[in-house]
Formats: sequence, structure tokens, C-alpha cells
Amino acid sequence: MAAAGVAVSVEAVSHRYGAKTVLAEASVTFPSGSMTALVGPDGAGKSTLLSLIAGSRRLVSGEIRVLGADMRQAQARDGIAPRIAFMPQGLGKNLYPTLSVVENIDFFGRLFAQSATERRARIERLLAATGLAPFPHRPAGKLSGGMKQKLSLCCALVHEPDLLILDEPTTGVDPLSRRQFWALIDALRAERPEMTVIVATAYMEEAARFERLVAMDEGRILAADTTAAILASSGTANLEQAFVALQRPERRGSTEPLVIPPRQEDGGPPAIMAEDLTQRFGDFVAVDHVSFRIERGEIFGFLGSNGCGKSTTMKMLTGLLPATSGRAEMFGKPVNVRDIETRRRIGYMSQSFSLYEELSVVENLRLHARLYGLKPDEASARIATTLGRFDLSDVAEARPNSLPLGIRQRLQLATACLHRPEVLILDEPTSGVDPAARELFWRLIVDLSRREGVTVFVTTHFMNEAERCDRISLMHAGRVLAVGTPEKLAAERGGGSLEEAFIACLQVADGTPAAPDAKAPDAKALDAKPAAEAASPPRSPPARSLLARSPLAASFGRILAFARRETIELLRDPVRLAFGLLGPLFLLITLGYGISFDVERIAFAVLDRDRSVESATLTQAFESSRYFRAAEPLGGDREAEARLGAGRLGLAIDIPPGFGHDLRQGRAPELGIFIDGAVTFSAETARGYASGVIDTFLRRLARQEGSPLPEPIIDVVPRFRYNQSFRSVVAIAPGVIMMLLAMIPAMMTALGVVREREIGSIINLSVSPASVGEFLLGKQIPYLFLGCVSAMMLVTLMVGQFGVPIQGSLSAFALGALLYVFAMTAFGLLISAFVRSQVAAIFASAIITTTLALNFSGYLYPLSALTESGRMMAHAFPAAWFQMISLGTITKGLGFSAFTLPYLVLGAFGLLFLAAAGLFLRKQER
Amino acid sequence: MRRSLVAIWALGLKELASLRRDIVLVLLIVWAFSGSVYSVATGLNTDVVNAAVGIVDADRSALSHRLRDALQPPLFQPPADLAAEEVQAAFDTGRFTFIVEIPPGFEADLLRGRRPQIQLSVDATAMNIAGIGTMDIQIIVQQEVAAYLAARGVTLAGERVSAVARVMFNPNLEGVRTVAIMEILQNITVLAIILVGAAVIREREHGTIEHLLVMPVRPTDIVLAKIWANGFVILLAVWLSLEVVIRRLLAVPVEGSVALFLLGTAIYLFAATSLGILLATIARSMPQFGLLAIPLFIALNLLSGATTPLDSMPEGLVRIMQFSPTTQFIAASQAILYRAAGLEAVIGQFLAVAATGGLFLTLALARFRAMLTAQG
Repeated sequence: MAAAGVAVSVEAVSHRYGAKTVLAEASVTFPSGSMTALVGPDGAGKSTLLSLIAGSRRLVSGEIRVLGADMRQAQARDGIAPRIAFMPQGLGKNLYPTLSVVENIDFFGRLFAQSATERRARIERLLAATGLAPFPHRPAGKLSGGMKQKLSLCCALVHEPDLLILDEPTTGVDPLSRRQFWALIDALRAERPEMTVIVATAYMEEAARFERLVAMDEGRILAADTTAAILASSGTANLEQAFVALQRPERRGSTEPLVIPPRQEDGGPPAIMAEDLTQRFGDFVAVDHVSFRIERGEIFGFLGSNGCGKSTTMKMLTGLLPATSGRAEMFGKPVNVRDIETRRRIGYMSQSFSLYEELSVVENLRLHARLYGLKPDEASARIATTLGRFDLSDVAEARPNSLPLGIRQRLQLATACLHRPEVLILDEPTSGVDPAARELFWRLIVDLSRREGVTVFVTTHFMNEAERCDRISLMHAGRVLAVGTPEKLAAERGGGSLEEAFIACLQVADGTPAAPDAKAPDAKALDAKPAAEAASPPRSPPARSLLARSPLAASFGRILAFARRETIELLRDPVRLAFGLLGPLFLLITLGYGISFDVERIAFAVLDRDRSVESATLTQAFESSRYFRAAEPLGGDREAEARLGAGRLGLAIDIPPGFGHDLRQGRAPELGIFIDGAVTFSAETARGYASGVIDTFLRRLARQEGSPLPEPIIDVVPRFRYNQSFRSVVAIAPGVIMMLLAMIPAMMTALGVVREREIGSIINLSVSPASVGEFLLGKQIPYLFLGCVSAMMLVTLMVGQFGVPIQGSLSAFALGALLYVFAMTAFGLLISAFVRSQVAAIFASAIITTTLALNFSGYLYPLSALTESGRMMAHAFPAAWFQMISLGTITKGLGFSAFTLPYLVLGAFGLLFLAAAGLFLRKQER
Repeated sequence: MRRSLVAIWALGLKELASLRRDIVLVLLIVWAFSGSVYSVATGLNTDVVNAAVGIVDADRSALSHRLRDALQPPLFQPPADLAAEEVQAAFDTGRFTFIVEIPPGFEADLLRGRRPQIQLSVDATAMNIAGIGTMDIQIIVQQEVAAYLAARGVTLAGERVSAVARVMFNPNLEGVRTVAIMEILQNITVLAIILVGAAVIREREHGTIEHLLVMPVRPTDIVLAKIWANGFVILLAVWLSLEVVIRRLLAVPVEGSVALFLLGTAIYLFAATSLGILLATIARSMPQFGLLAIPLFIALNLLSGATTPLDSMPEGLVRIMQFSPTTQFIAASQAILYRAAGLEAVIGQFLAVAATGGLFLTLALARFRAMLTAQG
């Protein structure tokens, strides 16, 4: 042990999720400079304990001191955050998939306020040490699992932490990468002996390399001591047995060693056959002429480095991916996407969790039973046995997202076996599963194979599992390197050890340039180190440099770091950028041409029962008006109603018999006008126009008779302001701009937070020194900029295409647009912080902004004509305030001075929304 | 066939179960068909009701007072007095849509037969009431002046034709009905596209669709399950909204057959949800989907004839919009709900909506597997 001090002390910490206790009065200390393994079965509380220590989860009961700081106090937490690095569970969960390797690390460096030279030097060194140097510009999402873990580690180490917390860092990582990973950690510790490392792991053989061990089960600490002492006191040969000895007796699984009975060859056709199977994605050959035969009832293991094409091969066998070339057969028949019957005979388990998070364990099983067409009673019986067999009864009603990784995997296997398939295709079924549960898995697999004749095709990274397979194949970079029984392969290539054989195989294959993954064996990385170090500038104390800067500057730097990252992500998605900028233009064009309040060409029809000169003249008067359009004349009473009812007429005119005669006699005949009142606006307009036409008709008639009607005694002279030509587009364009600037920016930010939450990268916020406010502002800036660009493009289009001039001050408009987009992007963030799913975020921003921006903004309906409640609603949302500015500057010719209040209100809305978003978004998880 | 039905049923139930778990989403759906409809119905005036009128009365005569008293609710808010120099500012701030200016000596000029003028200033940016309101004010002023003269024994030439305008289907021209129902119809479009499309993207991002395709389930089954389950939820919401919000709370009479309207809605939901799925197969991520969906549903809704009449759109656009299921559905709904039209009147529109739905569904299915391979 390097130092005698205590890095982390945990005192009587309890934690519960709902009614379930995950940590019960746990107390443990981690000495400074030590390296401790945290072991225990799934659900023991390891991850919870680690996230509490890292400060990403809120401490509810008990006391934790990390590097001298009390983790209950926010200020203390923020103070030491730069000295802690936390790498959460799951392959690259905290990485940003569209950012490149360098950009990911760079982001974390910026977050911790490192200078450009400092970052460049660090990144260079970390990349060299982890073997990621050959592909600094590859997006993180395109890395293999092992490389993601290494990159994740680089991100954690960029600020040279004093406490490194790794939650199952090697889960799902192939043996070679694993070996490299630990070599890297050892090298780092050698360089900085004061660094304390805590690692949760499912591999007991890995735990054995650590100097200290903490064993946990059922939320309790079973033992915490040096590894040697624990081994000695248990009196057992290895850690696996020592751990079992520490558990309560009823928690111990079966201790009988697993005996695999020999397989009976039945000589039938192979269950699975692949011949020269190939898959290309563009230039990239993922699977390269792979051939194998798997007999019925055989357990066939598929081993290989991360990203070598194992999963792709499996997908081709299930029919998910059509093969580029080659042949795949199942049960002697070619694999066919449309062959539903064959799929019934297959059980599949994918590498990442692919069951429904929102359904409970038993609901997921029930859904599968139904989809495989099991009879209801048979289904319930099988679900009951399955729950027991896979030890899931206790969590039957729980939802998968509340369960630890290991139990989720068990659930996946349970569902894959539920319909008693003849072939099981299992993609890393035991990744992240604890040793006892893995033992259970294999008992089940062996049982299925030997007793029920089920063919098992399984991938794994555990060598002790591979040894249990009937045959294994080693795969690398899309090619099968070797196939045979484990014993044979181990003897031929590894001098008896399968792991050595595997690594030897990979290293031989490494010569090929197509295999970049494994390019940096540990020795090379370590050799590279001194050189890189020499090149790097003298080490300034990393986290401490942050304190030297003013807090304001540091805060500003973090905001920029978030903004920069968000911008890169946006730029990496040109389709989204294009939709965001072109969508509004498209809408302005369609709505500018399409929406019009001019009611013209109203369809009318006449029921002429008079057939006189006068009735014909009246019909003509309507026909010659541009507001009306003649339809087929009416044949009878009923027809008028029917055609109005079908919406084919807007107006029907009933000219009674004797109309012309009565008119000449001055007897004021009655004229029937029927109007379709369905749409009130059109109806009112039609009524007005009709009376106008009738008036014209009467005047013309009077003139013909030589007795013109008296002129009106007064004139009411209408003067239209702002839009004298009464062009719809002049009134509509400013409103459309207002509406689009409400919807698009709000939608873009509405997905911001909730998307990170769904993907998992939100965890970076909880373990970084950044505050929620900095995070939100950083997220907002790129969209604020985008919104302003969009506003200017819309105005340009409006002036250029529609010839709507800006009567007032363009800069007054611009300032308004800036404040408005600020308010609306903040509104989007508020939605994002509040909702729990992306679906809800999209829906909320769409429905709220459409309703308010369309109806309560003064756009379609003037504010002055709204009811009291409507006006209040309008004033409680930014849209109406910006509509004043938009309409005011574009149409009414106003300038800055007219908008003091709207400017202030819009700014206040933005700040208010941001503050509210900050309230809903907690930095720590519960 | 049986297998398909079981799968569609089971997956649909799954869809309902997961919707139920997203409380915020459920609340939003409820709000879209209750609070949102109610607030729009009570907060807006589509026709000239409650228009704000200012009056600059430089005459201050019996006649000018009479004119002011004639501009009354419900058409107009009681006119507010303004000084001549306040007119410009009042328009700039949007306080009034109409300002009536009565010149000095108006009454005296009239009595001397000098044919005086009244200025009526109109804020023409308030397009949907400016035109009608101008007409209304002109008529009211002429009537009042005539009545004023009649009281003094001056009769004008008698009416030569009595045109009896009868407004069918909505005799009192109540805007609340139009607005409330249109709000429901528009929300149907937004909800159907987003709910289903986003659900497909989410399943894709979580890998669950891929898993389903390894099981004895066809893409058709997955798609149809989403359509029926989400369609059912929306249909239920629409029905409740019509019965509770429209009929009870807003006390708006619904003339036509609700059953027929719901049948039309069901057909439309098929088309709109299929469109949502089609969009989901085009977009590669949730943000892309959101940005693709927004312009689409805004265009579909605003150009459907629900907010502004189709007649006033350019002819080419009207012809294009005839292919939109939204336009057809709005037309059919207006016929059923406002004019009590029967099935024979709307069957053509129903068929058109179903046909576009079928087209969207076919395209979506064609892209479905490609979408899984494309996401890489």
C-alpha cells in the first residue's frame, strides 16, 4: 500500500429504490493509493455504492467522505469533483457516439478547464497508451466494445484524477483487450502511486490481481481486507470459493461441479450450416467467407475480439441481415427472411438488452408466449416454471430498467428459452453476469443440449465458459481463424491454456492491417509512454489549475465546452441541420402562398322559379362578381339543402315565382338566400358579399328604369392601415415567422436533455464540476445561433420571394428574434427536463407550441379580440410578444422604442424557463 | 393468418401497456383533447365578435352618440374614446382593430344634406376580421343614420327587395363550434403522426424491433399492431372529447351522427398513423423525426381547409391538397358534424382517405427492413 491515509470512507450508508433496500448500513474504507476490487453477485449493491461515492447519486442516509470532502454537501462535492473520475457500467455509456475519439476526450478536458496545449499533450499520451492513436477521428459509435471501454477510460483519466472509480470496465471485452486494459491501469498507477482505484468486477480471476478486496452481497459488506488475508481466512484455494464461503448459506448456489455428459451423435443433417457467408457494409467487410457446420444438440462456442463480426454472423443466421454472398442453412433449409415457421424453432438473445423496458418481467414473458402462439394455460405453466428455473420469481413484477445488468441478462435468456426452441442463438449471454449466475446459465445450457437435444450457438469472452463447449471457433476481423474442440485448440496453440491460445491467435492475425483493434499490445503502449511523456510539457497540477482561474471564467469555459460538443453533434448530423433550416423555409413558401383570408370564388347556385329578365340579371350579377363562382343551377328545394350539406355549395339563391313582376311593381319581393354556416368566417363573408351584389343589382335595375336610387346620404370611408393592398401574405408572413421560430428551436432543444437521459450520457453531468445551469446554457447556445440564422433566412425569403418589405427597423426585428429564440429554446429545455421520454418531449413541444403560437399569439386572431381568458393565456407565452415585434417591424414600420416591454418580457421568459428547467433537472440521481 | 392476428393483438396490448407507463405522455394526450380544446374554444373569436373599436368623436352630437351606442357586443366591444392624435399609437400597439373617426359638424352637415364622411381606419394585418368588420360597421352606420333621419320624418326610398339570408347548419354563426371541433381535428393529426412514428424510432433505438423480427412476427404485424393500438387510444380520446368537452362543457350542439364521424376518424387514423410510420422509416433518429414531422403536420393542418377556406387558396395548391388525407377528412368531418351529412355524402372522402393510408402503409413496409439495415 502506498499511503496510510484514507481516500474514501463510507459510514453506515443505506439506500433504497422504492421499497427495495439495495444498501443496508454499509461501512467500508478505501486507503489512499490502494487498488481495490469490489465483488459480489448481481444486485449486491456494487453499482449503487460506486455511484454514491462518485457523487452521481444522492446520498440519503449515512455518511461518505471522499478525499476529505463530505459528499452530503453540494459545495464540497463540487469542490472535489475535478479530482474524481467515474466510468459507469455499460459499454461506452458516457461517450458521445457521433463525436470522434479525440473530440470525446477533448470535451472532458475542456469540462475540466484545461488549456489547449495541456489537452493536446494529454490526449496524445492517452491515445498512445491505450492503442487508440491510429484512429483519432473515428466516431465513438463505430468503435468495438473493447475500444469503447478504453476510450471511456481515456475520458475519465484526462484530468488526472486522484480517485478512479470503474464500474465493471471489462464486461463484454475480449481477453486481449482486457489484458491491455489492465496493463494500462498498472502503468498509470506506477506513474501516479497516489491515485486510488476502485473497480467493480464480475471476473474473480481479475479480482485476484488486486491488492485489496471488498466482498458484497444483499447490500451488505461481507468482507473488506487485503486479498491475501481474505483468501487465508476462508481457507479456500481461490477467490471464487472464498466468496461463496463468505455468503449466507442460503445464498450459496449449488457447489457441485458441473459435469457435461458426452454428446450422442444422431447423424442427422446439421442444425446450422454456413458456407462462405459474407457481409459487406460499403467497403467494410464485416464477415469474410465464414464457413462452419453445427450438429444437432451441439454446444458451439464463438470466440473473437470485439467487433470481429460475431454478432453480424448471428444476425445473418437469424435472417435479420441478408448475407451479401454465401449460404446459410437452418435445419437443412436455406435461411429465408419470410420463413415464419423456422423462426419458431429458434431462440435468440441479442448482445444489448432488447426486451421492453416499460413492461415488467412477467409481462415480457407473457408477450413472448403469445407471440410464439402458446396456448394460455400452457403459457402460464411455462412462465411459472421459467420464473423458478431462472430465479426470477422475486423480480417478476419489477421492470427491467430497475434491475441490475446480470438479472436483465437472465431475463433475456429466460425469454429466449420460453418456447422450447430447437436452436438457441445467444450473443454474449453471460456478459455482466456474476459467477454464480453464470454457473446457473451453463447448467441450463448443458441441460437443454444434452437432455432436450437443443443446439446452442453461443458467443462468450469467458475462457472457462469456452472450455465447456463441444467445439469452438476463433474469429477475428471477419474471418474464422480456427475451429475445433477446446482441448485441441488449447493444446495446439496455447500450450494447454485456451486463453493463451486465443491471444496467440489474435496476435498472429494482427499482422494484417484489417485488424486495428488489437494493434497495440501492452508492451508497445508502455514503450511508447516515455517518449510521449518527454514530448509533453511539464506537468502542471491538473485539477488545481482550475482553481487558479477565476470561478466565472471556469464556469464560462464549461458552458463553452457543452456548447462546443452540442455544435459538433449537430454538425455531424447534416440531415438534422438541413431539416432544421430548410423545413421553415418550405413552410413559409407553402403557407405564404397557401393561406389567404380572402374569401373568393364562393360556389353558388340559383333556383330560378321566376325565369324573368330580372331573375336572369340577378344571376348574372352574382356570376360577374369575383367573389362568386357559378355552379350547376338547382332543380328543386331538396337539392339546395343536399348540395349545401355536402359542402359543394357555399350559397344557394332561391328566386320565387313572380320575383320580376313584384319588383317592377315595387312590392319588395322576398329573395331566399341560403348560406353554409359550417365555417363561420366564410359564412359571414359570403353574407356580406351577397348583400353587396344584390345592392349592385338593384342600382343597375333602377338605372335601366331611369329612376336611379338615391345615393347614400353619408359615406363611410374605410382606410386600411399597414396593408393597404389587403394582401394576405403581408399579414401572414410575419406570423408564420413567429410560429416557425417557436416550433423548430423548441423542438430541437426539447430533445436535448431527455435524449441524453435515454442514452445515458447525462451521467457526465452528475460527475463533472459543471452545474445544471452551465449544462443547460451550453446546450442552448448552438440552437440559439441556429434559430437566429433561421430567422434571417426566413426574412430574406419573405422580402425576396414574396416582396413583403420591412417597413420598420430590421435591427429591432433582429433583437426581438434573438430574445424570442432564447425564450423558446429555454422553453424546449424546460420540456426536456420535465418529461421522461423523447416521445413525450416531441409531442409536448409540438402540441403546446402549435396551440399557443397559432391561436393565442395575435396571428390568426387579433389579441384585442380575444376573450379575457384568451388574452391572459396569450400574454403568458412568448409567441404573442414576438408577434408584436414581428408585425410591428415588418408591417407597421416601427422601431426599437416601441418594443421596450416586449423585449423585457421575452428576456424574462427565457430566464424563467431556464430557472424552471434547472429545478426539474437534478444533478444527482436518486 | 391466425398467428398474425394473435401477434397483432399481443403487440397492440404491449403498446397500450407501455403508453400507460408514460404518465407525462398520457397527461399530454388528455390535455390535447380537453384543456387545449376548451381553452381554444373559450379564448378565441373567429368571427367578428368582440372586436376592439375605438372612436374619435369630434362631433359630440346626438347622432354621434347614437352611432357609438350602435357598436355593441357581441359584435364589438363597447367603443373606447380616443383623441385624434392617439390613433397612430393605438394601432401600433394593436389595441384596436377598428377606429371610427367622426368629423366635427357631422350631424349638422347631414341635416343640411352635405353628405358628410366618416373615416373608418382598419388594421389590415388582422386579416380575418378586417374585411367582415368593415362591412359590418358600414352597414350599421348606414342603418343608424337612416333610422335617425326617419325619426326626424325624413324617409329614404323604401326597400326594394327583402333578401332573407338564412344561414344553414349554424344559424347563429357560433364560432365556438367551428373552433373547438377544428382544434380536435388538428390535434388528431399531430398526435397520430408523432405518437406512432416516435414509438417506432424508440423501438429501433432500443433494439426491440430487431428482436421481434427474429421471432415469428412479420413487419406487417408490428406495424398493424402500432396502428390499431395507438389509433384506438386516439379514437377513444376523440370520442370522449366530443361527448364531454364539446357537448357537456362547451354545450355546443353536434348535429350529425357521432358514430359516422368516429368511423371517419378511424379511417383517418389509419392513414395518419401510417404516415407517421413512413416518416419514422425515413428519419434516422428522434431529432430528425421531430424536425421532419413538424413542417409536415403544420402544412397538412393549415392547408386542409380547417383554418382558412380551401376556396381562397391558389388553384394548383388546392389540387395538390386534394391528395392529402387531412383535407379529405376535414371536409368529411365538417359535412358530418356541421351539416349532419349521411354516409352517402362522405363515402367518397372516406375511400380517398383509406386509399392514401394504404399507400403510406405500403411504402412504410417496403422501407421497414431497409431501415433496420441502414441504421448500422
